[in-house]
Amino acid sequence: MTGVNDMMTKQSDDVIVKTLSRLLIPFMQVYALYVLAHGHYSPGGGFQGGVILAASIILFVITFGIDNALRRMSEKLNIILCSAGVFIYAGIGLLCLILGGNYLDYAELDKILHVGIAQARSLGILGIEVGVAITVMAAALSIFLDISTGGELSSKEKKT
Amino acid sequence: MIWQLDLILCLFIIICAIAAINVKDLLAAVIILGAYSFFMCLLWAEMGAVDVAFTEASVGAGVGTVLFIAAVSKTKRRSKD
Repeated sequence: MTGVNDMMTKQSDDVIVKTLSRLLIPFMQVYALYVLAHGHYSPGGGFQGGVILAASIILFVITFGIDNALRRMSEKLNIILCSAGVFIYAGIGLLCLILGGNYLDYAELDKILHVGIAQARSLGILGIEVGVAITVMAAALSIFLDISTGGELSSKEKKT
Repeated sequence: MIWQLDLILCLFIIICAIAAINVKDLLAAVIILGAYSFFMCLLWAEMGAVDVAFTEASVGAGVGTVLFIAAVSKTKRRSKD
């Protein structure tokens, strides 16, 4: 039973699995950024890009173990990212409000960006989607970490 | 829209749904649920809802399956009922 318990969070011994995920993870992340950046006019967007980013980090956790993953992306960084995404979303919305428009009225961003109304709308949507992607990535990753460690992650971090 | 393809995909979806409920091994049920999600994704892509299909493929068949496997690995693999 302990073998099954550690399956999701222990480092894999298989050289094929390790090499393949070492090759795959960068391409997954680049694809996630592609989906994120092309969300305006093709399928995809912030949510899907964030989920694919989270899937790449989950693949890293499964292959290289949870200790290696926490060294690169700690729980604290995860929490900070999770709130930073919401802050970006709300911040852009409030910026439009301050500049004299409605909430999330991207056309008002033209007053500080000076790129024309259509381009300002496009950049505003891109900023919103970056915020959504960061929040979705952090939330999906923390759900996976909590389930796969049985909720004992924070106490384990305190001990070490 | 090709109604023959719709019919075949719907048939596979129903087979996967019934199999996922009836199988006793929970890990097998999770994998069958992943297959169900993927057939759902194919059906949506075929009907023209590419954005929904994309979400279904990444969330339903990708992250959702991993979360279910993590939950099964922390509990028992066999179902009692």
